[in-house]
Amino acid sequence: MSSIKDLERVACQVRRDIIRQVHFASSGHPGGSLGCADLFTALYFDVMDHNPDFNMDGKGEDMFFLSNGHISPVFYSVLARSGYFPVEELATFRKLDSRLQGHPATHEGLPGVRIASGSLGQGLSVACGVAQAKKLDQDDKSIFCLMGDGELQEGQIWEAVMYAAHNKIDNLVGIVDWNGRQIDGDNDDVLSLGDLKAKWESFGWSTVEVDGNNMEALVAALRDAKANTGNGKPQVILMRTEMGHPIDFMVGSHKWHGVAPNAEQTENALAQLEETLGDYPYPAN
Amino acid sequence: MLSDYTAKDKKSTRDGFGAGLLEVGQKNDKVVGLCADLTGSLKMNAFKDTFPERFFQVGIAEANMMGVAAGLATSGKIPYTGTFANFSTGRVFDQIRQSIAYSHKNVKICASHAGVTLGEDGATHQIMEDVGMMKMLPGMTVINPCDYNQTKAATIAIAEHDGPVYLRFGRPGWPVFMPEGEFELGKAVQMNEGKDVSIIATGHLTWYAVEAANALEAEGISVDLINIHTIKPLDEAAILASVARTGCVVTAEEHQILGGLGGSVAQVLAQNNPCPIEFVGMEDSFGESGKPDQLLAKYKMDTKTIIAKAKAVMARK
Repeated sequence: MSSIKDLERVACQVRRDIIRQVHFASSGHPGGSLGCADLFTALYFDVMDHNPDFNMDGKGEDMFFLSNGHISPVFYSVLARSGYFPVEELATFRKLDSRLQGHPATHEGLPGVRIASGSLGQGLSVACGVAQAKKLDQDDKSIFCLMGDGELQEGQIWEAVMYAAHNKIDNLVGIVDWNGRQIDGDNDDVLSLGDLKAKWESFGWSTVEVDGNNMEALVAALRDAKANTGNGKPQVILMRTEMGHPIDFMVGSHKWHGVAPNAEQTENALAQLEETLGDYPYPAN
Repeated sequence: MLSDYTAKDKKSTRDGFGAGLLEVGQKNDKVVGLCADLTGSLKMNAFKDTFPERFFQVGIAEANMMGVAAGLATSGKIPYTGTFANFSTGRVFDQIRQSIAYSHKNVKICASHAGVTLGEDGATHQIMEDVGMMKMLPGMTVINPCDYNQTKAATIAIAEHDGPVYLRFGRPGWPVFMPEGEFELGKAVQMNEGKDVSIIATGHLTWYAVEAANALEAEGISVDLINIHTIKPLDEAAILASVARTGCVVTAEEHQILGGLGGSVAQVLAQNNPCPIEFVGMEDSFGESGKPDQLLAKYKMDTKTIIAKAKAVMARK
């Protein structure tokens, strides 16, 4: 168990990694990645029991599934920083012959990734299957699955939501990155999500809202959720985040969803983030 | 040889799947079954009743079923999904592509009611494009067995293959003419050797190919008859050896000509041994309501058409 301050220092480095990956690749999705840096750090550095000597089947481990695969930069950074693969490999993000594909994939054998995601709406179904396999195997560990808020517009999500409640998949914790924005604008302008809390509860899930950019609150909510597994209901954490957090010129807009910062913007962003664990090197050329 | 293949009985290929699933479930406790509200139609009740804890009813939610299956496979299970072929492929192509094929998940996609032999329900349900969709996916194995025995044996055998499989079968009672318990993945069945014309058939139309071969032989035409149950990977050696004997080919399948077995065979021949080829299959059309034999006759996927195309292709040599 780590102190909140230690976790915040990790998250700060993860945010530097996100900016540097996306800048070096000249492409990628910084906004949602930055907003979820606290979540990934809390899961991999505190809440989950997991083994960086990667096993696909995750027997005896807590397991995480990323459904909104475009925020791969935060996933890759946290996997590398927690020992799944060398941190230096982050420099290969989105480059030819890399294991760090634009969207996460198992195809190149990157440790820590158990399913491809990118085409939205599929991850919660997969997480349901993994959670049910754990029950069959009498494995009492937990499954976490992150979804985007815009992603909830996909119908398959609600198939899985209904399925999890019907089957009492209570070792499953869904997390919604509720930043209110998607590529074309605010959720409320594109396609309103309505009363999310009421929607999930009416489908039979227990819900909790948390500030996803407050490490202390987030860790408490995740630990609570893990402690509450086995109560007959799946749980969802509706996690309020800020896309681009905490970079001053990225917050307050959807425009950094999928745009890479240029050199000047990168310098500006990095100046707002302390280098706590040491940057990975960029290759010479 | 040809006389080894006579119809003793009529049973559906989906019954072969149900029997195979029960048997493979008894052999291998990693096997789990999933179904999207068609347990009776898929003949999965015996598995469900025998192994209730290993059976997952997902409701009318096929996209979710594919994802749940991918998750079960991630954890080391061997999921068999069951629904109609239409809902096993077209409806969930992206889920199969990303969560199963690209992610290398050991999921067996078991698809019943394929083709026009689904019958009276009509074209909404009569998918004739599924083999094309599935064979395009990298790493996907595509199998279309021809009778009850072959379907049962294939259902059991695919548990031993590590990787995604599309297993296609059908609704109607159909002649049972293959030996019990024989299925080798990727290996064509040489049913008869001949020197005048090769007939290469898959699925239900294999029986019509047997009937056609008997009729042609009675007219003194020597037929090299091959049953291809595994459309991908294709047994190229068997096809090329046959064509080396005959110099011309007819393919026969209950599927669109565009994108089916015929296209795969033509590709092998174009690259290795170009020769005249004729295709029996759906000619860029949807089906309609009717009885299976009526539909196969109307859309020229019957014994008569195979005979006619065999003569036509021989004339082109």
